[in-house]
Amino acid sequence: MTVTVLLFASYADSLGSHSMRFDMPLGATVADVLGRVRALPGAERLPSEPLTAVNERYSRGTRVLEPGDEVAIIPPVAGG
Amino acid sequence: MRTSIVDAPIDASALMAEVARQSNGATVLFVGTVRDVNDGRPVSGMEYTAYRSMAEREMADIVREAAGQFGTSDIVVEHRVGALELGDASVVIAVAHPHRGAAYDASRYVIEQLKQRVPIWKLESYVDGRREWVHAGSGTRELERGAEATT
Repeated sequence: MTVTVLLFASYADSLGSHSMRFDMPLGATVADVLGRVRALPGAERLPSEPLTAVNERYSRGTRVLEPGDEVAIIPPVAGG
Repeated sequence: MRTSIVDAPIDASALMAEVARQSNGATVLFVGTVRDVNDGRPVSGMEYTAYRSMAEREMADIVREAAGQFGTSDIVVEHRVGALELGDASVVIAVAHPHRGAAYDASRYVIEQLKQRVPIWKLESYVDGRREWVHAGSGTRELERGAEATT
């Protein structure tokens, strides 16, 4: 199944991209997707357990993904 | 209730007018502006970016929570993104309520939750020419607890 990963702010700068797609096995979790991202150059600058969201809702690493899900890796927020 | 991420300057008086109602005895207007110093470093400007769809969703959730807790649906919030200059309004919150206590409390709730939960980031430009992402770093624990509750 295909999963989209969104990156923002400092994380997007570190990885040199705002969005990427991964082909994941069925039953893959958010943590599995993070593992794929970690293999990319620049990912060493991500914290060990970054905040994540699935389909615009904060989610934990154990969350099992569905085909087409959108996983966002969320840097510490700084609005206001 | 209305929330929005906007690209253009925010008209605070328009937001106040939007929450006006004759049954309301108090209106609280919060305006967050770009400050000229952060952590002792002179700032020259700020660029805001957002995960726009999620930011709008979180802002709507926060305002719904405030409406339920403080008993008013007269709440409007706009957060601006893009390049802002010193003194520009980055966020405006207008709350109206029959009584001032609840109006203040609701306004405070919205800004504090917004700063902890809404996926917006700022790239600060300093007078010395450097640019850095601001990592407020707060709220992580609360967000994880929230995620746990929903999964």
